[in-house]
Amino acid sequence: MDNTILIEKSVIILVVFAITMLMAMYMTLAERKIAAWIQDRIGPNRAGKGGILQPLADGLKLFAKEEYAPDTPNKFLFVLGPTISMTIALITSAVLPWGDKLHLFGRDIILQSADINVGLLYIFAVLSVSVYGIMIGGWASNNKYSLMSAMRAASQMISYEIAMGLSIIALLLMTQTLSLREIALQQNGMNWNIFYQPLGFLIFWICSFAETNRNPFDLAECEQELIGGYHTEYSSMRMGFFLFAEYASMFVSSAILSILYLGAYNYPGMDWAVENWGVNIANVIGMLVLFIKICFFIFVYMWVRWTLPRFRYDQLMNLGWKKLIPLALFNILVTAVVILLLK
Amino acid sequence: MSDLLLPPEHRYAKMIEARLKEDGTELSILNLGPTHPATHGIFQNILLLDGEKIIDGEGTIGYIHRAFEKIAENRPFYQINVLTDRLNYCSSPINNTGWWMTVEKALGIEIPKRVQYLRVIIMELARIADHIICSSVMGVDTGALTGFLYVFQYREKIYEIYEEICGARLTTNMGRIGGFEREWSPEAFKKIDEFLSEFPEIWKEFEDLMTRNRIFMDRTIGVGPIDAEKAINYGFTGPNLRAAGVDYDVRVAQPYCSYEDFEFDIPVGKSGDCYDRFCVRNAEVWESLKIIRQALDKMPEGPYHADVPEYYLPPKEDVYENMEALIYHFKIVMGEIPVPNTEVYHPVEGGNGELGFYLITDGSRTPYRLHFRRPCFIIYQAYNDIVQGQMLSDAIITLSSLNVIAGELDA
Repeated sequence: MDNTILIEKSVIILVVFAITMLMAMYMTLAERKIAAWIQDRIGPNRAGKGGILQPLADGLKLFAKEEYAPDTPNKFLFVLGPTISMTIALITSAVLPWGDKLHLFGRDIILQSADINVGLLYIFAVLSVSVYGIMIGGWASNNKYSLMSAMRAASQMISYEIAMGLSIIALLLMTQTLSLREIALQQNGMNWNIFYQPLGFLIFWICSFAETNRNPFDLAECEQELIGGYHTEYSSMRMGFFLFAEYASMFVSSAILSILYLGAYNYPGMDWAVENWGVNIANVIGMLVLFIKICFFIFVYMWVRWTLPRFRYDQLMNLGWKKLIPLALFNILVTAVVILLLK
Repeated sequence: MSDLLLPPEHRYAKMIEARLKEDGTELSILNLGPTHPATHGIFQNILLLDGEKIIDGEGTIGYIHRAFEKIAENRPFYQINVLTDRLNYCSSPINNTGWWMTVEKALGIEIPKRVQYLRVIIMELARIADHIICSSVMGVDTGALTGFLYVFQYREKIYEIYEEICGARLTTNMGRIGGFEREWSPEAFKKIDEFLSEFPEIWKEFEDLMTRNRIFMDRTIGVGPIDAEKAINYGFTGPNLRAAGVDYDVRVAQPYCSYEDFEFDIPVGKSGDCYDRFCVRNAEVWESLKIIRQALDKMPEGPYHADVPEYYLPPKEDVYENMEALIYHFKIVMGEIPVPNTEVYHPVEGGNGELGFYLITDGSRTPYRLHFRRPCFIIYQAYNDIVQGQMLSDAIITLSSLNVIAGELDA
């Protein structure tokens, strides 16, 4: 391996890391602004122009707060909980393709940290670890409400991961590959997977709400019942990590949704742009398009949160096991039959 | 999870022990309150849980008991009004007016028609404010905050009307024996008009947001039901009883304050679950709007207080120049008003049910005994019965749909 590729990948990793962090930061502001807009309020507008510095102020405040820890038998696990959540939220983005390629310094730069051939499996593996952060944090808090929330989170994530996985299987039948770069390339033109897999897309979308613990599936936090749930006992930046991880994973799951189903960085007329404007400009536009798609999904996350009530625990389980999983299985069947007939 | 600090003879300790012997499962105890975001005030529920299922519950009240009934025994009548503010603080004008009507009944004072209509308007506004809070907080407790903020702006408008009438907002201390302390300003009527024209639209929007929302319906239908017989046996009144299908409303059953002059319906539910309670309250808001509109249209001319100089404070400028006014002023402020030896009970339809004042006087300046019949106190008795066998989330939503307000619960 020559040094250039090392530098190239390091730069990409740094940029992706920075973008994820920055997005997570500004999503907190976006959430508050969107909530304010939906609820006829103004929202944060004191720190900087239009509240633009609010996330920095929040971060500073969290760092300056007392690091309280409850009288728990296991301090190590108490710290480990938010750490896992944060780490997982950040490493998921490693396999995501942010664009096709740029042609700089006489070489092709693939806009992806790592193009591994089991990219999709990697994402699933990482996502299923993310529940440990909440579980360990909730358990180590030594608080009944936190424990209850941890149990809810665990059962919810495990159940919804199944439906999510099944909806992906139908997609894999079509794409025949697990590499995210391949999947993105296949959707060139208007060949987006959402047109072939509308049901799969819907199931995946619903499940990603559950995976990120967002309303209407935010039973783990559920302020009115569990007083904040797993982060009840956390303070200062440890709590900040949990909140931050939630936003980071929202960003990542929006990215996954756009890449898998909404054509990733592809946009109509991309081939024409490559021919006429060159690879670089076409791909920079592609990155922006991907970004816009991601922002759309993030907006829907927030829109839903400020509109819908949340499910009850048993209703959530019913929806997952009795509706989404059979639907996903049906989707697999239909996809398989159609593929077989078209052969 | 259940390392108990309970004495072994406690009911819960025995249940846990029995369950452990039976199939080896561990039950846990959860303290819901006194400081829990969903208790809307300060009271505690100690729940015995199997996972998230509630096996048994035990309510602890008295965290904000302020001994109002005892305090009232040492206060002249007009000083008791500030105590009634603090019962159901979401609709204090109803409490105030109810108290004045009780005193007027005891003293045998005839109230001018105009005062009665004004009182009806203010009581119905207070009922709307009360129902706004209860219904929208049900939304909040299911996780939908937005509807709450939509309608809360209009509770603010109601408070502005209070402000215009009596100068206060939450604990209004409104009115005097025989009427109001001053004439309602034109601004007050203007604000009521504005409210009547703007509020229906937003209330419709709120209903659209919640009533047919599938998740909200799933969360509330069949949750926390109470049947009519049980509700009557517990002494339920108000929207909670009507949701169970009993059309008892004090405004119709024993009309006071000229309620018989107005046309309005009594919305009735069927199953007495959270959803019915929600819908009954929403429908009552529409009826209240109807009543206010009628009262404004039919408003008779007349004074804003009864002509009872020995009970009603004279205008301040007269006190400085007029002998009689000075004497009455002194006597009223010192509490030296003529009081008969009597015993009265006067119920009004409060936000949560029949709010009754049971007053015994012995001819002295203070009541001999005063009892507040507080609907929340009576409704809350049934709470543990209702939530048994339900999930923890149901317990929260049941509590908010019963609209238990700690101030009225404890008094």
